[in-house]
Amino acid sequence: MENTINSPKGVSNLKENCIKVRQGILEQTYYGGSSHLGGSLSCVEILTALYFQLMKVDPQQTEWVSRDRFVMSKGHGASALYAVLAERGYFPKEELRTFMKDGTRLQKHLDMHKLPGIDVSSGSLGQGLSIAVGMALADRMDKRDRYVYCLIGDGESQEGQIWEAALAAAHYKVEKLIVFLDRNYLQVDDFISKIMTIEPVYEKWQSFGWHVQDIDGHDSNEIINAVDTAKQIPHQPHMIIARTVKGKGISFIENEPAWHSHGLSQEQFELAMLELGISSSKEVRQCLNR
Amino acid sequence: MPESIEKPFGSTVLRLGGEYKDLVVLDADLQRATETQEFAETFPDRYFNVGVSEANMIGIAAGLALSGKTVFCGTFSCFITQRVYDQVAISVAYTQASVKLFGFEPALTSGHNGATHQSVMDLAIMRAMPGMTVYDPLDGNEFRALMEYQATHPEPAYVRAFRKTAPLLIDSGDNFEPGKVYTLKQGNDVSIITCGIMLPYCMEVSEELNNRGISVDLLATSSIKPLQAEQIIASVKRTHCLVSVENHSIIGGLGGAICEILSVNYPVPIIRIGIQDQFGEIGSRDWLFGKFQMDKKAIALATEKAMQLKDKFQESGNARL
Repeated sequence: MENTINSPKGVSNLKENCIKVRQGILEQTYYGGSSHLGGSLSCVEILTALYFQLMKVDPQQTEWVSRDRFVMSKGHGASALYAVLAERGYFPKEELRTFMKDGTRLQKHLDMHKLPGIDVSSGSLGQGLSIAVGMALADRMDKRDRYVYCLIGDGESQEGQIWEAALAAAHYKVEKLIVFLDRNYLQVDDFISKIMTIEPVYEKWQSFGWHVQDIDGHDSNEIINAVDTAKQIPHQPHMIIARTVKGKGISFIENEPAWHSHGLSQEQFELAMLELGISSSKEVRQCLNR
Repeated sequence: MPESIEKPFGSTVLRLGGEYKDLVVLDADLQRATETQEFAETFPDRYFNVGVSEANMIGIAAGLALSGKTVFCGTFSCFITQRVYDQVAISVAYTQASVKLFGFEPALTSGHNGATHQSVMDLAIMRAMPGMTVYDPLDGNEFRALMEYQATHPEPAYVRAFRKTAPLLIDSGDNFEPGKVYTLKQGNDVSIITCGIMLPYCMEVSEELNNRGISVDLLATSSIKPLQAEQIIASVKRTHCLVSVENHSIIGGLGGAICEILSVNYPVPIIRIGIQDQFGEIGSRDWLFGKFQMDKKAIALATEKAMQLKDKFQESGNARL
């Protein structure tokens, strides 16, 4: 894929795509009646950077063997990944409106057998990182030149299996594994610090033997630079702690625990679309009628 | 012909490793039980001992399998089923990853380790999992053939495994057929069906019953799921009553599967021999089988009870007529 990393146009394209992806998440939530809205909106920049810039993928060949792999361990962010894949051309954007509907390919959590482009099914938290480690080990065995990317949540980091996988990745020195932590500081019930703190996060991953970076998870430049940096560091798995805001981009959703999994009324949907820069109610209605 | 094979899992996986280059083996700090030392030394690039982290082992296995490998994972049967049930369900069965789970020292065969190490429910819970196949091999021949089958077929599987030695009891050939039920002896009075390590006991009981003039129809299978129904139905059409015998809870294992098949095909009285809805305890195998009423005496009594029930059912059936 053409590398547009250093051109201003590349990053501005990412910004435009992030807006479209957020619109896609809102559409799914409105039409589906619900979604994990907060945790989907927090990982938009990460997923958009991966699928539009960083990963070696081809929407026309979803089973291409040499493609990079993405394991969405926090399967609750499914609507973000669907919006990214639709925007990237994996399937028609109209299909986003089938989210959670009877018979849909767009399950609330990911199903790799229903929708092409999903590398691994997920939804039961804590399991994806181990799977990503296994994939990276298989690549090393077969001398395949590719990266395995994985996204975990910070609430998910309370699962013990995450730390079993952390041990294994460092022990086996899987250097082609790049993991993002969507550090949005909230979990279902409340702020993580109130429920069960995971601090100090940076030091934890570092002490487990990982190469760790800490970035603004809503800054596409920082995301891209962090991945570039990770690729230069050998013999260690890579953790990119991406500080994010749960519900990012929609003022009344941001940092509100109640919006973990929720639907949108028509009024809320229009309001949210207006916040994303859609200039008039008329335009929103056109979007609704599309 | 030898009477048993040594290191049945370790020696077979070593041979399969030479033949199948995509075969990967994972341990979770129980290599002493799985006996994979030689595989690890011969194929170091395809062997991982992930330490005491079974959940992580299942995930790594799924990742390897989703990248083209066939993965054999082994540990004690309780730790590779009930301990990691959701990991197996979601990371392996739901994704249909080519991961083969080998459970060592199933149920009362782990007598020296007691209740925490005795998987009395493994067959039941694994059988209930969509997309999972379940096996409790009868002897070393079946086990070897089953392992080769697993190395060459992609579907997820749970296999109860032999440790140290496996007896050679039936001449089943080299090709394993999933679901196959062997009719080892034809008879008219009572059917006995068994799986796994209980076969020798059932063979002896059948012989003793025959000497007493009771004609036993003896069936045996290494498959719990899938399980072919034809032989089982044909057997109870001859005998009209059945006793199932397994090293497992009477809930949901072989006996449960038989009840499900016969209830809709050919209902007859069925007595299930196995562990009666309780945890195990430490003890020698013979002592445990006595305590849990799974020994030869208990099996023989069960056949009598089954035949009495058959008579009672037939009487009440005639009365209704």
